Formats: sequence, structure tokens, C-alpha cells
Amino acid sequence: MKSSNDFTGIRIGMWLFLYSEIILFGGLFVLYAVYFHRYPDEFVEGGKQLNRIIGAINTIILLISSFTVAASITAIRLQNKKLSLGLLTFSIFCGLVFLINKYFEWGAKFHHDIYPNSDTLVSGPPGQNIFFGLYYVITGLHGLHVIIGMTLLMVSVVLILRNKVHAGRFAVLENCGLYWHLVDLIWIFVFPLFYLVL
Amino acid sequence: MSETTSFFNTPSPPQLKGIWAWLLTQDHKRLAVMYLWAVMFWFGIAITIGFLIRIELMSIGPTIMGPDLYNAAFTLHGVIMIFLFVIPGIPAIFGNFILPIQIGADDVFFPKLNLLSWYLYMAGGIMALVSLFTGGGFPDTGWTFYVPFSISTSHNVPLTVLAAFTLGMSSMLTGLNFITTVHRMRIKEMGWMQIPLFTWALYATAWVQLLATPVISITLLLIIFERLFSIGLFDPDKGGDPLLYQHLFWMYSHPAVYVMILPGMGVISEIIPTFSRKAIFGYKAIVYSSMGIAIAGSLVWAHHMYTSGMSDTAIFVFSLLTFLVAIPTAVKVFSWVGTMYKASIEMTPPLLYAMVFIYLFSVGGLTGLVLGAAGTDIHVHDTHFVVAHFHFTMFGGTGFAFFAALHYWWPKMFGIMYDFKRAYIAATLATVGFMFHYVPMFILGMMGMPRRYYDYLPQFSQGNLFAGIGGILLFIGIMLMLINLLLSFRKQEKAVANPWGGVTLEWSIPSPPPLHNFVAPPTVQDYPYDFSNVLQKAAAQHSSVNTEQKESE
Repeated sequence: MKSSNDFTGIRIGMWLFLYSEIILFGGLFVLYAVYFHRYPDEFVEGGKQLNRIIGAINTIILLISSFTVAASITAIRLQNKKLSLGLLTFSIFCGLVFLINKYFEWGAKFHHDIYPNSDTLVSGPPGQNIFFGLYYVITGLHGLHVIIGMTLLMVSVVLILRNKVHAGRFAVLENCGLYWHLVDLIWIFVFPLFYLVL
Repeated sequence: MSETTSFFNTPSPPQLKGIWAWLLTQDHKRLAVMYLWAVMFWFGIAITIGFLIRIELMSIGPTIMGPDLYNAAFTLHGVIMIFLFVIPGIPAIFGNFILPIQIGADDVFFPKLNLLSWYLYMAGGIMALVSLFTGGGFPDTGWTFYVPFSISTSHNVPLTVLAAFTLGMSSMLTGLNFITTVHRMRIKEMGWMQIPLFTWALYATAWVQLLATPVISITLLLIIFERLFSIGLFDPDKGGDPLLYQHLFWMYSHPAVYVMILPGMGVISEIIPTFSRKAIFGYKAIVYSSMGIAIAGSLVWAHHMYTSGMSDTAIFVFSLLTFLVAIPTAVKVFSWVGTMYKASIEMTPPLLYAMVFIYLFSVGGLTGLVLGAAGTDIHVHDTHFVVAHFHFTMFGGTGFAFFAALHYWWPKMFGIMYDFKRAYIAATLATVGFMFHYVPMFILGMMGMPRRYYDYLPQFSQGNLFAGIGGILLFIGIMLMLINLLLSFRKQEKAVANPWGGVTLEWSIPSPPPLHNFVAPPTVQDYPYDFSNVLQKAAAQHSSVNTEQKESE
């Protein structure tokens, strides 16, 4: 089959898939836009309750991990297998730190009785409930994508170890990398929408 | 043509044996055949449920089922027909089989992904089946899963929704595969304006699948989230807006209507020129109208919601956009009719189905304008008029295009020919039944009979009786058609490579095709519907017969 050697085609397929992922989140951003228009004050109020420092740290972590994934692809092209593996492992570690931060963030909110269908939210202003409802749905779905992305990176590590991915054939690694960039990109939008609403 | 081993006898990958040669195959043709049986299975179930719904409505009061069972019946009929038959039908079966061959490729670009799509389809189907018998019982929301009912009903909605999610994923990956295949696997000699129209239609469809399906995915996920966590994103008590659900739902589901019909139009665009022995009228116009439908069709979703409480401005805009979609659709209809004008038409079962398609689909399209106009829509909204309209487009349109494709490519897929006489009888019976079945529904709708009720007032009884009789004829016609096709396996009447005199690439290879499709490297004509060779051959045959006759005299 000649198709397995056509890297451009493989890349087209991956970009189309990433595009569908963006539309998936796009549906949620539509909801966000409509509700932000309806409840601007409550959204600002809600944004103030989120921890900007943790949010900013998480943004930086993801940006760094995106860089290391990109660097690992360059490393494999330059036939530096060890460096590539190291960079990938570091990226996975970054993902893990991101999730741990998220865990503490969510945990703190739960502690303050802010979670879907909690008494505070149900009896509070409706805009607040919607803000935190969207917050949990969007960051939750994003967290799921972080986990999927980490799994893909781990698969790449295994494939490099088995020499299935090497300087002459790295489309899989590149696609996993693209997926990780998507996870990063979505967060770049999520972060200002929730933490920096003014 | 020399003897070749058909793909039925060549497993791919080669080491597979027996059942595994099917279950793990990466051959697009085997996958198409597997899709065919799975889709037909669901079609059989859904059409039987539809038949039972009609029997129930034949007389006033509970005839064969009560209100609860009726709610479940029309939900199942809708969900199965839409997600398991109409959407995947033509692309997954004929697209998989024919698209790579039409562009001179030996497979789709991602064969393994293709296999995954099949498994997602099967998984979705099985989930739908399991959801019937577990949890709170049959889902009873209608195929639209509107909130708040889908969130509050005790019936088993989450699993059905998850099934629809999985099926959406399958259809999206098929679309992704087709786009990449058309871009990267097309033989070099074939330019964009030399691609056969069926492939063009699938290409346009694939873009809609890719653009729109993720929106329904997230919408369906939100239903599950709401049921699990009661977030309240669509609950007015908690600040949500139920109308937004409808917007999100139709943002996918209206473009999905074009996912359903565009491949059908592609089938017709193949069949009409082949049996007219004439270049299709307005090739480029058909190509552009396919893309036009794909684009304009994505901007009209809210015409399902005129009575839901939108602003008048929104209604006006969506009504106008809806009217615009009629233009590219009409371009196609006129092109088909224009192709048949002054053509040397050869009558065959696929052509009969194609012509029935043109008629039924035109009725469906024109009544669509009645619904697209806000004023008349408010009168007939949620009545049987709507039911009749979308059955004319989805069943009279996509369904009959599917039957036409089945009869057109059957000899290519299996290398055998079916009985023509029975096929004609079945087609006639189905068409007559169809008209008697759905035309009364238009009238019932105008009279004000609502949809989705298991009972009705006495003034609607005559129409429902007629519709019931038509339904029985339709059911018998379709069963006869399927039996006729199945009987061809027993008779094993061999089909030649090109039984119809078609000119697209799939007719240049043996029936059924060998594993890598092409025995010799394919050659591309300057124009995809150039019948001069076919006509020359026919003329030569004709004159040789004439000389023979003279000699014998």
C-alpha cells in the first residue's frame, strides 16, 4: 500500500481530526458566548473566585510541555533518541503536574460547596450556577483531553523504544505531538475565558 | 478480460483465514460488504417498526399498542433509521466500495481507520440494542432528544445517546477518510473536474460530516452530563436556556439532512447519464451545487424552531437562507431531467428507481419550502405534514437513491445479476404504496393532525386508513425488492464487467473486483461522462448483427 508512506496525507488526516476536536469545544464556546452575553456581571464575579495564579502556572506548564514535545520531534529527526525520550517524558510529567494542580483547584471549590447541583449554586444567582457549570464541563472535558494526550505521548515513548519511530519514520510521533499542541491551544482559550473575565 | 481472483477469495492482510479474513480486514470492498449486511439488518428492523406504527394508526384507539409503547416505537424507528440507515447507508456501503475505484485507487487512505469506523458503527448499534432492554426501558424522547424531557424521563436515554455519539464518531471518521483519499489517492491524470459526480457528492458530504458531527457529539455529551450531575445548563430554574439545546442540536442535525441526501444525489448523477448514453448536463453546475448545498445547508438550522420562541429577525433570516438552499437543489433536478432530454434511454431497474427518486424528491423539496416559509410553517408545525415532507425527502429521496444504488452496483459488488421483472414489479409496488402512504399525511397535516400521537379524532380516520393501506403496499414492495436481490445469490447468473455500459472507472474492472481493484493501470477520459466509445461499440455491434442478417438472407 503506497498510502502508508505519504506523510502529507497522514498529516492532512490528523489536521482534519484536530479540526473536529476544535468544533467539539466550539459548541461549548457557543454556550459560553450566549450565557456571557446574558449574565456578564455574574461571569465577572465568578472569574474573580478562581485562582489566577494556579491558572497562570498551569498555562505556563502546558506551554513548556508543548515546546518540549516539538523539541522531541526535532531530536528524533536529528537521530538523538535519548534526548527525544527525555523530552517526551518531561512533557508527560508536565501533563501530570497540570492535572494535580487541577485536582487541588477543583478540590478547593468542592470544599467551598461549589460544584454542579450544590446548595450554594442552586440557591445562588442563576448566572453564577451557569458560570461554574460551564467551568466544570469545559475544564473537565479539557482534563479528559489532557489524559488522552498523555496516553498518546506514552504510546510514542514505547514506539521510540521499540524503534518503530525513528529519523526516517516519525509521522506517529508528529501526530501525537499535534494532538498535544491542540490540548495546549484549547487551554489558551479556556484560561482567559474563565480566569481573566473582566 | 482475463480471469482474475475476486476480492472475496483474496484475504487482506493475506495471513488471515476464515471469519478473521472478514473481521480484521482492511480491504475497503470487504468492509463495504460488511456494512451492507449490518445496515440492511437495521433497515429491516426499523421498517418493521414503522410498519407497526402505521398499523396502529389505521384505526382509532389502541389497535396493537398503547401510548407508551407507541412513544418508544417512533423513537426507535427514528433513531435507527437516521443514525443506522440513512446517514451511514450510501457513504459507508457504496462510498467505501466505489469511491476508491472511481478515482483509480486501490483502497482508502486510512484502511485501519476504516475498520475502526466499522467497529464503531457496530458498537453503536449494539449499544442501541442494549439500551432497549436495560435501565428504565425503551427510550421515548423522539430522535431529537429535546430537553427537558430527555433529562427528566426515567427511560433509558443515556445509553441511546451514547450510541448516537458513537455512530456519529464512526460517520465522522469515514468522512475524514474520504476527504484524505480524494486528495491524496486520486491518480495523477485525474483533475478536479474529471472526478465522477458520485465521488464529488461524497466529498461534499464528508466535509459536512466533519464540520457538523462534533457539534452533535458535544450536545449529546451534555445530555449525559446533565443527567449525571444536574448542572442546569438548559434548565431555566438554574439560569439555563432550553432553546440553546435546540440550537445546538439542529446546528448538527440540519446539516446532517444534507449528509443524508447528497450521496443519494451523487448516485442519481451516475445512473442518469449511464442509461441516457449521454454526457450529463451541467457537470460543473452539479459539482458546485453539491458544495453550495454543503455550505448553505449549514446555515439554516433554526428553521426547525420557528415556533420555539425566537426573535422575528432570526425567523426572517433563517427563512430566507432556507429558500436559498432550494436553488442548488433545483439545479441538480433540472440537470438530471436535461440529461434525459433527447437521450437514447435504456430502461433498467436502477434507472426506474432513479426516476422515482427525482419525482418523490421534488415533491419533498417543494413541500420543504412550505415549511421553510415562517407563515405557513406555523400552521403545519408538528403535524403530519412535516412527517410526510421528510419521508418524501429521506425515504423517497435517500431511500430510493439507496435502492437505485443497490440495483446499479449489485452486479459490480457480487458479480451476479438479479431478475429484472421482479425488480420492476417491486419498484412499482413500492412507489404506488409510497404515494398512497404519504400523500394522505400531507392532507391530514393540513387538517391539523399532530405528529407523535398514538390516537386521533374521528375526522382523521379516513386519511389514516388510506395511509395504512399504502403502507402495507410499500412494505410488500420493499420486501419483494430485497427478496429479489437475495434470490440472485441462489441463481448465480454471472454479471459481466460492464453490464450497463457505464464509463466511470468501476466499470473498467472485473465484477467482482480483484483485491487491488485494477488489473491494468487505469486510464482517465478527458471528460468523466464521455459515452462516445460506448456508443461506437454499440453501433459496431448493431451493424455486425445487420450484416449477419443480410448474409443469412
